[in-house]
Amino acid sequence: MSEFTLPVGPVHPAFKEPIQFKFKIEGEKIKSVDIDMGYNHRGIERAGMKRNPVQIIYLSERICGICSFSHPFSFSRAVENAVGIEVPERAHYIRTIIAELERLHSHLLWAGVAAHEIGFDTVLYLVWKNREKVMDICESITGNRVHYGVMMIGGVRRDLTEEHCQKLSKAMEYYNETLTAIEDVFLNEKTIKMRTQGIGILSKKDALALSAVGPTVRASGVPKDVRVDQPYAAYADMDVKPIVPEKANGDIFDRVWCRLVEVRQSIQIIDFCLQNIPKGDTLAEKNIVKLLADLSQAEGEGIGRHEAPRGECTHYVVLNKQPNPFTWKARAPTYNNVLPWVPMFKDAEIADIPIISASIDPCIACADRVTIVENNKTKTLNKIDLHKKSIEKSKRLKKCQ
Amino acid sequence: MIPPMLKYLIKQLFTKPFTNLFPANRVPNDTSAFLAKGKITPPIPVAENYRGKLSYEHDKCIGCYSCIRVCPANVIKAVTDKDGKRKIKMDVSKCTFCGQCIDVCPVKCLHSTPEFLLADYDKKSKNLTLE
Repeated sequence: MSEFTLPVGPVHPAFKEPIQFKFKIEGEKIKSVDIDMGYNHRGIERAGMKRNPVQIIYLSERICGICSFSHPFSFSRAVENAVGIEVPERAHYIRTIIAELERLHSHLLWAGVAAHEIGFDTVLYLVWKNREKVMDICESITGNRVHYGVMMIGGVRRDLTEEHCQKLSKAMEYYNETLTAIEDVFLNEKTIKMRTQGIGILSKKDALALSAVGPTVRASGVPKDVRVDQPYAAYADMDVKPIVPEKANGDIFDRVWCRLVEVRQSIQIIDFCLQNIPKGDTLAEKNIVKLLADLSQAEGEGIGRHEAPRGECTHYVVLNKQPNPFTWKARAPTYNNVLPWVPMFKDAEIADIPIISASIDPCIACADRVTIVENNKTKTLNKIDLHKKSIEKSKRLKKCQ
Repeated sequence: MIPPMLKYLIKQLFTKPFTNLFPANRVPNDTSAFLAKGKITPPIPVAENYRGKLSYEHDKCIGCYSCIRVCPANVIKAVTDKDGKRKIKMDVSKCTFCGQCIDVCPVKCLHSTPEFLLADYDKKSKNLTLE
């Protein structure tokens, strides 16, 4: 049988964000896939290098709408690492609580999207109805539903009051109840089982070779979790275990299971934090003007890692006695999870494309930093241009030394 | 065996809709008179610490320009008023509502209000400019 190429995307109803897949198909079977990214590049890192670290916090929130706490969290940790700022204990706990609330709402959002992708929209509405509660809690704690704006270098901007703690523990009780219903539907419903079991398999060997992160790699049986491997914030005080299925097949059903169990784990972590939260300051340096002056005199490089809902999020910052950082690099979890798509798609059917592509919880807006876009024109660079760019960069680096 | 989803579906048939309707007193001026005749949905209170449109106390401002240094969206501009004093001008249409200028202000002349409906035909209208 002859082979055909089936392009899907960049703008396609099955995907939430622009990305292009070029499938080589033989009948209904997918033989290979070529992934084309770069439709969503916004030049955020370049824009960040023209701003001071306090301004970058809000810019990094805008990298992704769902991970709007993970990116500033990683960035703040990178700057704290570079300068050597000690974060107060209470701020660590508040950061952990908000990070886990984010994981809760992100995984519930994903569960809804996954149900929608297999054409089961009633489950989508059931899950998203329950998700509203955590959004309201986020709003009452931080002031916003999505872009929280509570992160600050050396702590958090808003303190948790007694009222917030009560609201939080009530919401956690609510989720303990409603999750039973969601788990019941996702793990026992025949339609979901048929569409997810044995589809989009990522073997343990492939997952390790392609450095997948987050629930994608944990569902393949690799216990990889930054919260456990390199504990930070309040995670060091508690016993967090990476969620790995007992008999991992690495299929979509395992990824669903992994995320649902992680929601339960998040509830436990928030409960632990609420019971053990210490009293004290929430910011290492309350005067922001002084903090900015200190940072503009600082020198060094730092890395900040955080286990975002989709996987490990890493930020790298270099400060060199300037008001603005010399380098800022963000690596979103989806960047690592793009290549694992290739073995997942192999020998799958065309109808499984939406659910397989959704199974890694892709966030293209986070990952796209590839094509060069200047004045709304996409430019492909040839060898001479690249050489010129290279010389320019060497000159720029020399100037800064 | 009954599919698990069917249970929740039937239960949902007998419960009230989860969605809140748009509160009638928040709609733009020209249509609220019309809506007042009909059934009005009571507004849902906004969260306590909600960061809405900013308010600016012109007389209290000392012109230190700390807010300009921390604003991530370059919304705030330095201006001189009629008396030759250093003041600021804000373009609310560009604001991201992070509230960092409120935190950094030494005399607390900036506040956030619960107002969230800022749609307008003109980006530079009076409603969207603070000075």
